[in-house]
Amino acid sequence: MLKDITIGQYFPGKSLVHRMDPRMKIILVILYIVMLFTGDNVGSLIVGIFFLLIAYPVSKIPMKMVAKGVKPVIPIILFTAVLNMLFVDGKVLWSWWVFKLTQEGIQLAVMMAVRIVCLIAGTSLLTYTTSPIALTDAIERLLSPLKKLNLPVHELAMMMTIALRFIPTLIEETDKIISAQKARGADMESGSIIDRAKAMIPILIPLFVSAFRRAEELALAMECRCYRGGEGRTRMKQLHLCGIDFVGLAFVVFCFALTLITNTLLPSMF
Amino acid sequence: MSILRTEHLSYVYSQGTPFEKIAIEDVNIDIEEGEFVGVIGHTGSGKSTLIQHFNGLLRPTSGKIFVDGQDIWANPKEIRKFRFMVGLVFQYPEYQLFEETVYKDIAFGPTNMGLTPDEIDRRVKEAARFVGLSPIQLEKSPFELSGGQKRRVAIAGVLAMQPKVLVLDEPTAGLDPKGRDSILSQIKEYHQENGTTVLLVSHSMEDVAQYAQKALVMNNAKVFLHDDVEKVFSHAAEMEAMGLSIPQVSRIFLDLAGRGYPVTPNVFTVEGAKQEILRVLGKGGSAHA
Repeated sequence: MLKDITIGQYFPGKSLVHRMDPRMKIILVILYIVMLFTGDNVGSLIVGIFFLLIAYPVSKIPMKMVAKGVKPVIPIILFTAVLNMLFVDGKVLWSWWVFKLTQEGIQLAVMMAVRIVCLIAGTSLLTYTTSPIALTDAIERLLSPLKKLNLPVHELAMMMTIALRFIPTLIEETDKIISAQKARGADMESGSIIDRAKAMIPILIPLFVSAFRRAEELALAMECRCYRGGEGRTRMKQLHLCGIDFVGLAFVVFCFALTLITNTLLPSMF
Repeated sequence: MSILRTEHLSYVYSQGTPFEKIAIEDVNIDIEEGEFVGVIGHTGSGKSTLIQHFNGLLRPTSGKIFVDGQDIWANPKEIRKFRFMVGLVFQYPEYQLFEETVYKDIAFGPTNMGLTPDEIDRRVKEAARFVGLSPIQLEKSPFELSGGQKRRVAIAGVLAMQPKVLVLDEPTAGLDPKGRDSILSQIKEYHQENGTTVLLVSHSMEDVAQYAQKALVMNNAKVFLHDDVEKVFSHAAEMEAMGLSIPQVSRIFLDLAGRGYPVTPNVFTVEGAKQEILRVLGKGGSAHA
């Protein structure tokens, strides 16, 4: 059923990572990504994996969730790996027509694959441990200096929050409409592509009608409560940096330093 | 001959995940052809889940459902056949309308059945007549109608399939008392005229008492009672303990009996109350014990 689709991958919990300030988590994820791409040797990749091996258990997110996150990008990983293997110059191990398999190519392919997996696992950790609402809140705060450039930061964040808020509602609504049309004998599972596209009409029209209705009602409700944009708004949940945030920062900086050290000690492989 | 029967029907939502929840458990019911059954239970008791099994929208985790003696999941490819046999009107069905005209929307179900244009036309007009839609309204866009009229269109859309069993999930939710009475009496009329088996899910005990012959009470994913309305309401005290409200008249008569008046507490319609009061007064003498 549609309901089983998880959008926003938030995994509720109370671990140390969950309790970190979302702003700090965003910054640390950015640092981690930079770190992954600064490292250019086996050692730096091990540091990247080491970070995940510590961070995941601390956040109490099961490791199998990493596999779930990586799954959709497996084709991309395989594709880049194959290209790397076949088209990188170096010591030729095997060749056929214009293709040649080189030792360097294989190394590069493996390194790239590991790097992409680390990248996904690292960024997923942010979305697993931070609720979408906290995330948009943090983005709003981090981007707030851009307000001086007349960028509607608050409005953008509010739009994101509302969109996220209504995803489950609309999924539920879609589910209900699908059931109702199926109950009237709508056939969505068989027929040609054109037939199936046509079968979507009885679902999409009621869905749009109700989305517009909801939008109007929400706008009215917000106006009734005197919402008039971000200026002068205070918050119920204030974000505070606390001890654990600095521990996290220290850990990422430590990993970053290790990466830089491996870069100077070990030969570059890229 | 039973038209609708379930055997050890159970359904578990999101099985195998941390969000696992038993919606219905070991439901065994038997509904005879031509009955008018009121389905009662409070939010989360599993009644909506149960009715979505009757036409195969949900596939049971375990157990079986028989419609007209046939196991509906014997051949999953033919499940649509049962969707036409058991017509299901969802809660707030007006949000499912999508066609350009009311006529076309009511015709959606019959068209999916693959009927001839003449038959479709006949059925649409008959269904529209039953719910009180005028021929002029048939040519309007459903989005121009009022909420109550939209709901009639949606109900007509299911009636037009002429199902053997008609299941309605709170068809009167959010309507004013007048709209509620008129829709319910139209359903009752349809039931009497066509002999269709009707299952009416309702929060209102008054409605069930007034329109249904039998009542099915769901509580905590299980069937608590399934019996004639009189017998079900004789468990009024237990139902109140479950958090279900019994009809106002029943409460008055329970109270009267509790205060020592010689009335039977099993009164659940205003008409029944009248008879009972007349009976007690007719006995003569002081009614007070």
